Amino acid sequence: MVELARKLPLPQRRFPASPVLLLLAAACIFLTVESLRSTIFAQLTVAGVATGVVYGSLALALVLIYRATEVINFAQGEMAMAMVYVAYQLTLWGLAYWEAFFLTLAIAFVFGVVTQRVFIRPVQGRSVIAVVIVTVGLFILIDGLVEWKWSANQRFMQAPFGNKIYHLGNVPIARQDLGTIVITLISVSALWAFFRFTKLGLGMRAGALRPAAARLVGVRTNALLAVGWGLAAVLGAVAGLMTEPAEYVLQPTLMQPVLLYAFAAAVLGGLESPGGALVGGIALGIFLNLLPSHSWGFVTSALELPVAFAALLVVLLIKPTGLFGHRTVRKV
Amino acid sequence: MRRNAPALVAVAVAALFFALLPFGLSDYHRGLAASVAVYLIAILGLNVLTGYTGQISIGHGAFMAIGGYTTAIMSHYHNTNLILTLPLAFVITFGCGVLVGLPALRLSGVYLALATFALAVSIPQLPLKFSKFTGGSAGISASKSVSNSWLYGVSWSTAAIAFLFTWLVLRGRTGRAFRAIRDSEVAATSSGVTLAIYKTLAFGVSAALAGVAGSLFVLATNGFAQPNEFSVTLSLKILVGAAVAGLGSLWGVLLGAAFIALLPTLSASAPVIGSAHGQDVVFGLFVIVVMILLPTGVAGLIPRLRRLRAKA
Repeated sequence: MVELARKLPLPQRRFPASPVLLLLAAACIFLTVESLRSTIFAQLTVAGVATGVVYGSLALALVLIYRATEVINFAQGEMAMAMVYVAYQLTLWGLAYWEAFFLTLAIAFVFGVVTQRVFIRPVQGRSVIAVVIVTVGLFILIDGLVEWKWSANQRFMQAPFGNKIYHLGNVPIARQDLGTIVITLISVSALWAFFRFTKLGLGMRAGALRPAAARLVGVRTNALLAVGWGLAAVLGAVAGLMTEPAEYVLQPTLMQPVLLYAFAAAVLGGLESPGGALVGGIALGIFLNLLPSHSWGFVTSALELPVAFAALLVVLLIKPTGLFGHRTVRKV
Repeated sequence: MRRNAPALVAVAVAALFFALLPFGLSDYHRGLAASVAVYLIAILGLNVLTGYTGQISIGHGAFMAIGGYTTAIMSHYHNTNLILTLPLAFVITFGCGVLVGLPALRLSGVYLALATFALAVSIPQLPLKFSKFTGGSAGISASKSVSNSWLYGVSWSTAAIAFLFTWLVLRGRTGRAFRAIRDSEVAATSSGVTLAIYKTLAFGVSAALAGVAGSLFVLATNGFAQPNEFSVTLSLKILVGAAVAGLGSLWGVLLGAAFIALLPTLSASAPVIGSAHGQDVVFGLFVIVVMILLPTGVAGLIPRLRRLRAKA
């Protein structure tokens, strides 16, 4: 779906393995048939897609950074949460919701770029452990700063979509779910277009694919890494701003569960595959929404996280590269 | 023996120091000092895995939870002697560590980080599901609580034993195998190190130490085991403590433990930011700065300075 850059741009590797496609097709057919049979099933599925695209877009932010630098940003969720607080502050200062929304995206970009420059660049190229620990440090730092500025109390923001409910046949669909899906898909397509049609995007793909060769032909790979972090922060901010109305309240822990699901989604789709991240997110969203009512009462809300992660572990063990990933041959 | 003489003197001095320390402390500070020992054991465990074997884990809070619940449950239902629950926690979490280590054989780097993170998130949710047995979110308490002096004595004795145990494991053949795996898995395999055995062993030992730390951790919180005490933050704290101390250094562990145990108290009087949230800000900033400026942690500073002096 979204093509950022390919590690191995061989034509036969461009498509996921056919069993995976078959599996997805079967899942789609099953969901459609069941949705036609039961209104509640359809309702849960649509709501699942809405939460799923949010997981997917945060997962996409993780994948964006992983592809460029082979590092997982554990602070991605907290960065998004901080941006929601920025938007909240902007609305307090009198901006309309959508003005605040777009201004926040701009701020998020700058925030991402600065974060990469100041905190990540110095440890770039060191071991995975070192970079992971720096992002963990960022996680704690951002949490502390947000609580310091806005306190840990719950805040309330105006709802962007209202609480109108549409009816599609018998199936009620919340305007908010629809809005979330539309906004997220627009931002993901914009990102795809950026990588596909702009020179900057092309440069970033080149930088991720063959850093040394890209540098030789004049791509400023280091500067572009920072741009990548900026874009990831923007995607994260979109995910955060779409999570907030779903949760109704704004508090510093807003994005922590979402980040966890995004991890699972990214691994499910294959850490290297942007399209996989989105599909993984949607699959996880639907799965988790349907699970409590279709597991004979065993899976309660306490078990949702463990189940998501059991799924993650199983995927890692059966197909370590995820559904859409492909094996890269490593030189020793 | 002569080569080890300075180290032996240091150990003797340290032992004497920690034996005499409680007499100079108030009851509150004795409790605080005990919590340093608790973190010390946990970080020691993580260091075996991450520092010496090169396998990252963001899930040690989960093993602490298992150890902690072992103590609370045994004491609550069977009235087991609290000290006896420590070796029990050791054995049980060793088993859990090996179980986790087996699938982890197939994972490395970022993937291992994510899988262990998954563990840290999932395990504390389980007591919520099986709340009849484990008390749910309210937690479960040991049948009796202990005084701070008891805690100090037991924690530091356990820490000393754990330290000796780790030193013994790491000094010989096993330790060499661990380090070989960390430096290059391929080189290790080709020199006859069986990856599967040593990696799972490292996971087991590491988890077992974390489990014992978890038992003491529960005793330190009035004998109460609660799911939210073992949140992801605990796992992150231990990782941070190990990183600040310097991965791959046994002596640095003490520094790391003191750092994470004492920081909340010290940063309560942080200027500008204030008491409530200063902790996270100071904690986060400190970690980042240490990682950027001192790749080998605070413990790595001493050999580096020595090398600089030798050059000059």
